Amino acid sequence: MSGLTYTAPTSVDDAVKLLAGSSGLAKVMSGGTDLLVQLRSGRLKPELIVDTKKIPGINDIREENGGLVVGAATPGHVVEANAAMNKSWPGVVEALDLIGSQQVQGRCSLAGNLCNASPAADSVPALYASGATAVIVGAKGRREAPVESVPAGPGRTTLAKDEFILEFKFPARPANSSDAYLRFIPRTEMDIAVVGCGISLTLDAPNGTITAARCSLGAVAPTVLLVQAMADAIVGSKLDDAALAKLDAAAQAACKPINDKRGTIEYRTKVAGVLARRVAKIAYDRASGKTVKAH
Amino acid sequence: MAKSYVSTTINGESAEFLCEPQQTLLDVLRDVIGLTGSKEGCASGDCGACSVMLDGTLVCSCLVLGVEAEGKSILTVEGVAQGEKLHPVQQKFLEHAALQCGFCTPGLIVASKALLDQNPNPTETEIRYWLAGNLCRCTGYDKIVRAVQDAGAVMRGEAS
Repeated sequence: MSGLTYTAPTSVDDAVKLLAGSSGLAKVMSGGTDLLVQLRSGRLKPELIVDTKKIPGINDIREENGGLVVGAATPGHVVEANAAMNKSWPGVVEALDLIGSQQVQGRCSLAGNLCNASPAADSVPALYASGATAVIVGAKGRREAPVESVPAGPGRTTLAKDEFILEFKFPARPANSSDAYLRFIPRTEMDIAVVGCGISLTLDAPNGTITAARCSLGAVAPTVLLVQAMADAIVGSKLDDAALAKLDAAAQAACKPINDKRGTIEYRTKVAGVLARRVAKIAYDRASGKTVKAH
Repeated sequence: MAKSYVSTTINGESAEFLCEPQQTLLDVLRDVIGLTGSKEGCASGDCGACSVMLDGTLVCSCLVLGVEAEGKSILTVEGVAQGEKLHPVQQKFLEHAALQCGFCTPGLIVASKALLDQNPNPTETEIRYWLAGNLCRCTGYDKIVRAVQDAGAVMRGEAS
């Protein structure tokens, strides 16, 4: 068999040294729900696996400066059980919850989903919309970067070989803020997004004017997209019909999808506009204090 | 490649094994330990036939490396019954004939028990979503759902 080495360092420094010292392909592992499949299929032949789960704090959620910090390897079911995450970021929670089965939820993580860099990753549009920051550690020390700067293309990231994500910082939530995520699939569970859409909004008052928005689309381009034109279409509005029509058009204009077995270019583009309208309404209602179940 | 020494707990008893870094927990359970109750269906985390509890969390053992078992506690389908006495989930799967070929059954037993341990009275919708990662190509799922509902009633002390 191959010369694969598995390591589970207990400090950031040890993990970085192992990654930096590797001469061949080194893979960072959190839950392993993508990595183990890629190992099994032979698509990846790493010489080193660095399992990050024994690094203190990387599986936990804590409050800091009014915001929330989620450890990179925190499994889906732990994030979903966290009251503070559900209160501030229901869209991120529902997006992460859509990844795979209950069994996969026992292992899958935000960092794994982001760094696997699938354009159809469910948690990533919600993560982009949240404005979260990735805390990245490496041989040159620690840096912070917007989450949307991490994916570079399908299966590729901008992280250096010796770098990995330690945690995500979710900003403090102003009053009357919330988010939502929807994906379209032809069934109800256990499928990959044809299109995904995440939107985060802040209003000046319940049922008031949108003062800030971040909007993101998945599965319509080589990476998940953060679409400023979608935000511009609805900021300053109360999400009336005219604003929703502008949002729909901006979403469709941002799409650069491929044709594949899950959907054609035309279909994905149309669905992106429809989903954007629905997601914006859910986020708006939540920001106005209503409890809305998206799935 | 040197094998790693792993010390763990399986079904309440301490266990030790040697494994290669790329071997999955499922490989180890079946081929090294000899616990063949957990099945390999897809080997990619889609079918749930290899479901086990890892430190109290439901996972696919095909998506866990054997070396990750170090210091952990694992429950497989072999550990669900109390000696000769079947767990209510097992008993109700038999009574409702919630299986035909039986290949998916060990994973469904482990996953159903995990659900009832944390949610003693799930709705049909909750049961169907929880078990969405356990594929059965024989039963059409209705008998499985009824068996889980009935097992829940037994565990709540409302039926026998």
